[in-house]
Amino acid sequence: MYVEHLSLTDFRSYAQVDVELGPGVTVLVGSNGLGKTNLVEAIGYLATLGSHRVSSDVPLLRFGTEQAMIRAMIVRGAQKTLLEVEINSGRANRGRINRANPVRARELLGICRTVLFAPEDLALVKSDPSHRRRFLDDLLVSLLPRHAATRSDFERVLKQRNALLKSARAGKFSSGHEATLEVWDQHMAAAGAQLLRARLDLVERLRPHVARAYAELTEGPKEARIDYRSTLSGPLTDDGNAEGATAGEAADLAGLSVPELTERYLVAFAAARRRELERGISLVGPHRDELDLILGGAPARGFASHGETWSMALSLRLGSYYVFLEDAPAEGQSPVLILDDVFAELDVQRRERLAGIVAGAEQVLVTAAVEADIPDKLDGRRIAVVPGGIDEGQR
Amino acid sequence: MYEGAVQELIDELGRLPGIGPKSAQRLAFHILEADAEDMKKLVTAITTVKERVKFCSICGNVSEQETCSICRDPRRDPTMICVVEESKDVQAVERTRSFRGRYHVLGGAINPIAGIGPEQLRIRELLNRLSDGQIEEIIIATDPNLEGEATATYLARMLKTIGVTVTRLASGLPVGGDLEYADEVTLGRAFEGRRHLS
Ligand SMILES: Nc1ncnc2c1ncn2[C@@H]1O[C@H](COP(=O)(O)OP(=O)(O)O)[C@@H](O)[C@H]1O
Ligand SMILES: [Mg+2]
Ligand SMILES: [Zn+2]
Repeated sequence: MYVEHLSLTDFRSYAQVDVELGPGVTVLVGSNGLGKTNLVEAIGYLATLGSHRVSSDVPLLRFGTEQAMIRAMIVRGAQKTLLEVEINSGRANRGRINRANPVRARELLGICRTVLFAPEDLALVKSDPSHRRRFLDDLLVSLLPRHAATRSDFERVLKQRNALLKSARAGKFSSGHEATLEVWDQHMAAAGAQLLRARLDLVERLRPHVARAYAELTEGPKEARIDYRSTLSGPLTDDGNAEGATAGEAADLAGLSVPELTERYLVAFAAARRRELERGISLVGPHRDELDLILGGAPARGFASHGETWSMALSLRLGSYYVFLEDAPAEGQSPVLILDDVFAELDVQRRERLAGIVAGAEQVLVTAAVEADIPDKLDGRRIAVVPGGIDEGQR
Repeated sequence: MYEGAVQELIDELGRLPGIGPKSAQRLAFHILEADAEDMKKLVTAITTVKERVKFCSICGNVSEQETCSICRDPRRDPTMICVVEESKDVQAVERTRSFRGRYHVLGGAINPIAGIGPEQLRIRELLNRLSDGQIEEIIIATDPNLEGEATATYLARMLKTIGVTVTRLASGLPVGGDLEYADEVTLGRAFEGRRHLS
């Protein structure tokens, strides 16, 4: 698929901007701070309903405005779809498909598929597990939009249960609360099992593709592997490390159904009860799980070199791209690839290899401050990003 | 910010549910410009409601008397109670004409974020109503969202020991929503297809 037209209103630095795009490679060039990332961030938002740079929507609204609008014409094979999303401050966001009546923004998921590479991806390998969980969930929702509900249902139960545990810790725990905790256990176990099952299946699908991408990006003998580690196999610290010696792999969970996982959670909640009441937070559940990234048998986090860390991060993104291709192999269904300022971060060899892999994709949008950072293989249309807008005159 | 009285009115209106700062401002200026007689009617209506309308001592529904018209109506089936979150849900269920029993208004749903636990709801009052053994079925019609479901689970667990039949409205109601937004036909069907919780 490709984005044919992008129009932004009060999004980030743009009061109004319109960009014509097309299949093949398009490079957005311009000095730093002029608004290149803002443009591709908007396209990424259509795919995930979130920014790859910030976790809240507030910074996306142009300073002093209360509503931003992203509009894009998505071309998938012979089909054209106009997507519009309205980002509101203090109100629910709304979406529109082909100018029909407004719907919940969530209804837009799954129509525009993107894989976005960005400097922030380094955090996928180096930072805390929340980044990796978000990576998995964003991919999940983009592949199977119905899981947007799975994800938000779980988040809501978790908030309620945490609120209850917190009031318990503050000494306000009455007998009524205790009985309700069992009720929240049930609901959280059910919602958590749904999310866990979906993530476990996704990691199975993703694993070979990440290994393949890593092998393509590097020459060395090291193999890349991803493994899902659930708090059901033993408690993890806030940092994703195993507490004590009980941490095992999620392998033992692989064959379990949602009802079986629900039962497992109930048992695990009971075992964690005392510690949860002490700390006032939920310690067991998909919100504490980890996606282990392993390079040549050792954890990438903390052990990999800078270059390896980059290769691993790129492999997660490329692996997502391959999963999308496998999921929708028909022509015109492949995701839009967005490479936001990544070439400047990479050494020559990784640049060339990455460029070689992505060059053949249906649409590739690249941003760079310096034209010279772009590998020759990614020759294509140039759009100059200038103060206050864009200049399409350049070719 | 406006001067004294106007700002005070905006602040008061802004405290109402569903009214944001902009709507509050719009309403305030509407009131300012409106006919004085019309606004007096509004003030009287508010005062009267606050003076006259109470909550039924049996079911918790709004009522101008000690007990509401439904609790007083001898034609209603005394063996069934439909448990709802709010008085407005009673109206929603009444519109379906599918239910001939009586009601119990909880006054909300279990919601730890909002600091609402079972003690904040009219659950003890419900148990008291069960003590004479007349009630045979309790239909839980809390909202089809997380907090409503949690409340239903809680009630079902508690009532299990008492030996009364507990049912829950059939699924098919718009999930995540409010009972009051379900149309009559859908809600009526949900009553007919209710399932046993205990
Ligand atoms: N909400 C916002 N309102 C107005 N300007 C913004 C907003 N968010 C970011 N900007 C501006 O956008 C610019 C950064 O744009 P960006 O796309 O990140 O630049 P680059 O071209 O380096 O990728 C900065 O000048 C920043 O001040
Ligand atoms: Mg940038
Ligand atoms: Zn009554």
